[in-house]
Amino acid sequence: MSTNSYTTRRDFLKGSAAATGALVIGFTLPMTSRFAQAAAAATPGAGFAPNAFLRIAASGQVTVICGLSEMGQGVHMGIASLVAEELDADWKSVQLEQAPVDKAYNNPLFGMQATGGSTAIRGHYEPMRKAGAAAREMLVAAAATQWGVGADRCRTQDGRVMGPDGKSAGYGELVAAASKLPVPQNPTLKDPGDFRILGKGLTRIDTPSKVNGSAGFGIDVKVPGLLTAVMVHAPVPGAKIVSVDDAAAKAIPGVKQVVQIPQGVAVLADGYWTALKGRDALVVKWDDGPLGSLSSEGISKLLIDATTKPGAVARNEGDVSVAVAKTIEAVYEAPYLAHACMEPMNCTAWVRAGEAEVWAPTQGPGPHQGIVAQLTGLPPEKVQVHTTYLGGGFGRRFAPDFIIASTLISKAAGAPVKLVYTREDDMRGWYYRPASVTRFTAGLDKDGNPVSLTARVASPALSIAAGFATELPKGIDEAAVEGIGDMLYAFPNLRVEYARVEPGIPPWFWRSVGHSQNVYFIEAFIDEVAAAAGKDPVEFRRSLLSKQPRLRGVLDLAAQKVGWGSPLPQGVHRGVAITTCFGSFVAQVAEVAMGANGKPRVQRIVAAVDCGRTVNPDVIHRQVEGAIAYGLSAAMYEKITFKNGRVEQSNFNDYPMLRIDEMPKVEVHIVPSTEAPGGIGEPGLPAATPAVINAIFAATGKRVRTLPI
Amino acid sequence: MISLSLNGKTVQLSATPDTPLLWALRDELGYTGTKFGCGIAACGSCTVHVDGKPTRACVTTIEAVAGKQVTTIEAMDSNHIGQALQAAWIRNDVPQCGYCQSGQIMSAAALLARNPKPNDADIDEAMRRNLCRCGTYNRIRAAIKDAAATLSA
Ligand code: FES
Ligand code: FES
Repeated sequence: MSTNSYTTRRDFLKGSAAATGALVIGFTLPMTSRFAQAAAAATPGAGFAPNAFLRIAASGQVTVICGLSEMGQGVHMGIASLVAEELDADWKSVQLEQAPVDKAYNNPLFGMQATGGSTAIRGHYEPMRKAGAAAREMLVAAAATQWGVGADRCRTQDGRVMGPDGKSAGYGELVAAASKLPVPQNPTLKDPGDFRILGKGLTRIDTPSKVNGSAGFGIDVKVPGLLTAVMVHAPVPGAKIVSVDDAAAKAIPGVKQVVQIPQGVAVLADGYWTALKGRDALVVKWDDGPLGSLSSEGISKLLIDATTKPGAVARNEGDVSVAVAKTIEAVYEAPYLAHACMEPMNCTAWVRAGEAEVWAPTQGPGPHQGIVAQLTGLPPEKVQVHTTYLGGGFGRRFAPDFIIASTLISKAAGAPVKLVYTREDDMRGWYYRPASVTRFTAGLDKDGNPVSLTARVASPALSIAAGFATELPKGIDEAAVEGIGDMLYAFPNLRVEYARVEPGIPPWFWRSVGHSQNVYFIEAFIDEVAAAAGKDPVEFRRSLLSKQPRLRGVLDLAAQKVGWGSPLPQGVHRGVAITTCFGSFVAQVAEVAMGANGKPRVQRIVAAVDCGRTVNPDVIHRQVEGAIAYGLSAAMYEKITFKNGRVEQSNFNDYPMLRIDEMPKVEVHIVPSTEAPGGIGEPGLPAATPAVINAIFAATGKRVRTLPI
Repeated sequence: MISLSLNGKTVQLSATPDTPLLWALRDELGYTGTKFGCGIAACGSCTVHVDGKPTRACVTTIEAVAGKQVTTIEAMDSNHIGQALQAAWIRNDVPQCGYCQSGQIMSAAALLARNPKPNDADIDEAMRRNLCRCGTYNRIRAAIKDAAATLSA
């Protein structure tokens, strides 16, 4: 099993049917997203895109071509197993190849070639199965014709077609004949009861290369004549260069060039260490611009103030001004956060006459190709993007900053250039989960029944920062309010408002996006309301979810598995939280002991997950464990702060993250389901923080309303 | 020229003596299995063995390791502890993005070399300086115990 070869479009076509006699399945993806439908409607006849993501060689080797980026979430495994299942492939003969950029590989939920939003399985569950099933039908038809029997008398298993009277042929023997047949557009899919690969916990196909150092990440790319670049980046967003003194840098043996681009100044050398020494010897003077006085205190005040006034209405049901017997009010705040992928941002770019090539750990090869085309003035088809393995993504690698800078540096230098961010550059890269504040008011009647809830959210608008919109529809940024605006709790009177506040730091996608802070806010506050009502936190939530069987289902399962209400060892306390996002439902119960230093020690988290039909339960377990670690790390330690427009954190010494000795035991229970698959890369994250916060309340009576704890 | 033993072979390095071993390995010798994560000995991604001891290659100059035995992830499939760990890592499907895993395995190999039956506290102590942003910690713990069990079987 091998993965991640840097196939180019050219090689890909060369290696296809015409040249090798292999079977290549072209196929069409239904375009299901709003964006794609709009695009299809705008271009008559563009409702289906030609596609190619499966190749069977005469040797029987099956190659699945995947346009999604592998950043640890197991997408290569997921896509390969969807195709292999319906193909009835011999799993040992399946390999994965990373696709070039092509419309064919657009993510059907995005309408562009990009990975994120927990869309991989949701968007590809059916299209990839259909691709495998179409190939299987063609192979069966080829065998049936050869044997002069009906296709209904043939069956398939482990890469072979079996006919009557002991007839049998390997797929490889059939590809020449099969490739002459028309591709069925509506092949029959298996009954899920017959799955042999899906729903089983097969070992991931990328694992072997990740235990011996051979997996190819962006930072490992090597091309002839490669120079390494390290940059001085702007210290403040929007800062402009006033002067550059590069004499000392150029005097360092091994420094090849110093290149100035709008984003900063790069020193180019044969390797990182010399480039870094050169970078550190540069003297660059900056004009900080209008954000030079920005501070975290100022941002916090802006956000909190914005919640004292009415905002744009995201949701309004009933009348929140009805009379109540008891009012509960609280203000919650979450800080800016860095993604801190273990592999620092990097990109290798080679801009040549008439063409360009980019090797990048990117979540957005499609849009990034467009950006490189724009920067170089080349048509997109002259820009090849090779997607490498990603040493973590979490949303950060959808950002184009490292692609833009490396392209401009290569263009100026006239050489292939690998731009590598130092960890400090990465930490100070200006792409953060935004700070956010929500002010809640809840009303109870005299018996403690919930009557009304008002939430006022203040946060920057991600849809604008990401370029998805230039104006907010009805004044609402979806990412800013998600998790609150779409809550499933049935308050008879409910109002959610949003105030857009732009302190000047561009907000970015961070694992689970708006849910990462909003689920903390709402789930911690609901706990406050339950306590004020004198109700049990699980029972109180259940009472508000009578029409939400899936969400109530995970809540009940988590409560049952943890033994909610059962006695705990002295000093250990439980907290619960739930969420629904990316098409999945998750409940978590945290068991927490308070340390002598006042810091919580999270001992165990029990999670219940309903993500519809499962493709690989082991990957689900791992994604939930990982998402919990990512969420807890943020809750316990992480915060990006600003002073004089500058980020105060620099590296893992002052931006600490969760370590092995603080990782709780994690139990993941999956609800058996026949519903459509939901996402799994992100849904495990949001409930972890409020579950811990609510356990801290149970332990201490104190509400944690700002993070980190 | 600085010379050292890399995975049992003598190599000559032309980089300046102050060059961290990490960058000599990656840029001059093309041994890219050892990863750059922080550059300040705070993440463990760059862990190699120097004379058998787990060492942060990002803050260790080549001058400091001249004449010494350096072992990297690329040599782990040629010794029994490395093989046991790699097999356990695969059985437990530890890696997610995989970027930290070279360093994790190198730290785990050093642990098992001096302590064939580590308990949880031993694992915490040996592994707490290796960050994993993907949160594979529980799998790492399970895989170390699994490898230890196969080695003592
Ligand atoms: S790169 Fe050496 S410890 Fe982080
Ligand atoms: S597996 Fe991604 S950082 Fe550890």
